[in-house]
Amino acid sequence: MKPLSTNAKMRIAPWAAVIILLVVWEGVVRLLGVPQYVFPGVIDTANALVNYYEPVGLHAWQTFWTTVIGFLIGVAVGLGLGIVVGSSPLMYRACYPLLVAFNAIPKVAFVPILVVWFGIGTVPAIITAFLICFFPIVVNVATGLATLEPEMEDVLRVLGARRLDVLLKVGLPRSMPYFFASLKVAITLAFVGTVVSETVASNQGIGYLMMSAGSQMRMPLVFAGLITISVMAMVMYQVFAWMESHITGWAHRR
Amino acid sequence: MTTATVANQAAPDAAPRAASGRPFVEFDQVSLAYDDSGNAIEDINLTIHQGEFVAFVGPSGCGKSTFMKLCTGLHGPTEGTVRVDGQRVVGPLKITGMAFQNATLLPWRTTLDNVMLPLEIVQPHRKRLRKERQAYRDKAMRLLETVGLGAYADSYPWQLSGGMQQRASICRALIHDPELLMLDEPFGALDAFTREELWGVLSELWEANRFTVVLVTHDLREAAYLADTIYVMSARPGRILEQRHVDFARPRDLELTYTPAFTDLIHDLRGRIGAIREGRTE
Repeated sequence: MKPLSTNAKMRIAPWAAVIILLVVWEGVVRLLGVPQYVFPGVIDTANALVNYYEPVGLHAWQTFWTTVIGFLIGVAVGLGLGIVVGSSPLMYRACYPLLVAFNAIPKVAFVPILVVWFGIGTVPAIITAFLICFFPIVVNVATGLATLEPEMEDVLRVLGARRLDVLLKVGLPRSMPYFFASLKVAITLAFVGTVVSETVASNQGIGYLMMSAGSQMRMPLVFAGLITISVMAMVMYQVFAWMESHITGWAHRR
Repeated sequence: MTTATVANQAAPDAAPRAASGRPFVEFDQVSLAYDDSGNAIEDINLTIHQGEFVAFVGPSGCGKSTFMKLCTGLHGPTEGTVRVDGQRVVGPLKITGMAFQNATLLPWRTTLDNVMLPLEIVQPHRKRLRKERQAYRDKAMRLLETVGLGAYADSYPWQLSGGMQQRASICRALIHDPELLMLDEPFGALDAFTREELWGVLSELWEANRFTVVLVTHDLREAAYLADTIYVMSARPGRILEQRHVDFARPRDLELTYTPAFTDLIHDLRGRIGAIREGRTE
């Protein structure tokens, strides 16, 4: 066999890591003889996925669109707030401590409040997803705007540019790499928010599926739920990574 | 040293020979303090004539950049008045182009689009740009060609060398035909050969269009080679210690920089600045 080129190795590496993880997982479970209702192996989990593909699919779809809506609200609010916070040092100083304090609150603590306000179901899940994911977007957009070189601003201001001109011509394009980087983080966080809320207060979605399967000791199904969430989050992450490299390719020169 | 002696030094030579134009930039008793820590520049009196090429030299921290801000209206004076073209300066002047040590090109725009950026801001170009895009593009291309960047119009800034980026930056400063070009150590980060090459590029552009240039620099050879008038500034608070006219015939050639007259001038200026750095003003 020919030795692999560096390029090929780079392509194979992530898949190899996944396969190694699966092998170790199955190996540990078998070697230690852990019962399926405590810690199912890869094969049991895969079986559960295949056997219950329909309910898993339905709940996954519920979790997916709930997450996406929460995420989109998070993007809108995060972008807006980021622009406000980042475009003036005064606002930056004023808002930053509040944002940090808010971010430190475990978002799961909001779920009971949201249930009182909106009842159980999709709405609290959307809001939890939104609450958990907008912070990195705000911080990144604000940072992107606040780190604008003063000379760059002078070049435009001396020409009579208004604040909006500076924002549109320089500030926003310049903070786009920061923005897209934050989207990758935000989408995965949004999944966390949705699932947390579904676990506590819903009768739909992967979170609910795992909760109810767990209470019946059907661990392979619980693990099937875990795998489904990670796959969805990973795919969405890749989507935004792809968008990032295509829209702000100038920031990632090779 | 007192204001009187400054005036005495400047007086015998007050009418610049090289610049025949009308007074264009006038500073009258101008001081600026950013905060309570004292004046950044103090008691500046000077007149720059239209079409004149002036250079400011001085130790670092002498308020050269502050001077640029006052000149372009980015900052107002605490005392005194700044007039440009007879008008008192109260806000940013749209007749100005600026270039800095850092080329500050936008990395997401091609060289051509970077050069055209001011046209998207400054009236009346801003209004006309959409309709007459092609005409403006042609103009930008011509400008890029004069500085030898014609082939790089569609390249991104990171594909250009430092010298090329600086050429593009100067093109951007000139695209809207400014009457006043402000250069804040534009060649400071370049290697000696590239710097000398760009001196040539800049003089050619200036010879062709005769805009007024204010060049802030640390490089005395650069100042002497390019300028009609050199102002020597003191350490903070920045004052003008000396106004020196440079009479070398134009167009100037790099050979000039090796003539005794030129080296004497540099030597003399160097002595002045060395004295300022050590805290002696006489």
